[in-house]
Amino acid sequence: MTESKELQAKAKHEVATAGEQTRPGPVFTPEVDIFETDEELTLLADMPGVTADDVAIDLNDGVLTLSGDVKPLEGPGETDVLVEFETGRYHRQFALSDAIDQDKIDAKLEDGVLRLTLPKARKAVSRQIAVKAG
Amino acid sequence: MLTRNMFGLPSMGWRNTLADLENLTRRMELLTDAMLGRPGARLMMPKAFPAINITEDKDKYYVRAELPGMKAEDINLEVFGRNLAITGERKIPSEGENVRYHRREREAGRFSRIVTLPGDVDADSVDAKLVNGLLTVAIAKSAAAKAKQITVKAS
Repeated sequence: MTESKELQAKAKHEVATAGEQTRPGPVFTPEVDIFETDEELTLLADMPGVTADDVAIDLNDGVLTLSGDVKPLEGPGETDVLVEFETGRYHRQFALSDAIDQDKIDAKLEDGVLRLTLPKARKAVSRQIAVKAG
Repeated sequence: MLTRNMFGLPSMGWRNTLADLENLTRRMELLTDAMLGRPGARLMMPKAFPAINITEDKDKYYVRAELPGMKAEDINLEVFGRNLAITGERKIPSEGENVRYHRREREAGRFSRIVTLPGDVDADSVDAKLVNGLLTVAIAKSAAAKAKQITVKAS
């Protein structure tokens, strides 16, 4: 790919989360890239405005939940002139098919992008058992 | 509505008339909102990438855009007249040859957007920062664009 394309305008994807919202305000679905190698699964999520303290990652029964809070951007005394995007919570869930080594999950947040590395658990079947001669 | 494409010359007379007309339309909409009890401006569809929010206070205009994964050096800002041009390229580095993608929603590419501010600005007093993928450009209003407090003197 030599010639890069022109980015197109699009609205943020707002979700209607019935029942699970405990606070008022819009909830958005972060855009993600998910890819895997033989050893690990990596997830990249665009969560602009989220700080490391405000992101929550939960893996429970093979369901990965990402959420993040964005504090209001405007300072006191500012009034709106043009509004094309809103900010609020980010929330998204994924069902993982592979067993993940929970102790080795690594999360990094840089420039508003969350990078989550999920190492796959070693499967017991792949272990070689040497039979000793008696 | 506040956007303008790059074509045409800023010095041409009709452009200002058009800008004034747009300004008037916007003010009418804000007035309607205010009359109907809706606070602030309505949520608009972004006209181009990136989506932009503009706010103002007494002294400054604030232009904000969400640009996750971008570095400051990949964003170029230019102020001319009442316009702010935001150009850049979002790059998504390759993750290697032997990865298998399940989802690929994040997009890379170039962008260029010009927004027109509602009042005159001081092009020498612009402050831009990029924090957690969020661009904030604070542009000082020119003396003429600031609301003035007038003291009523007792005779």
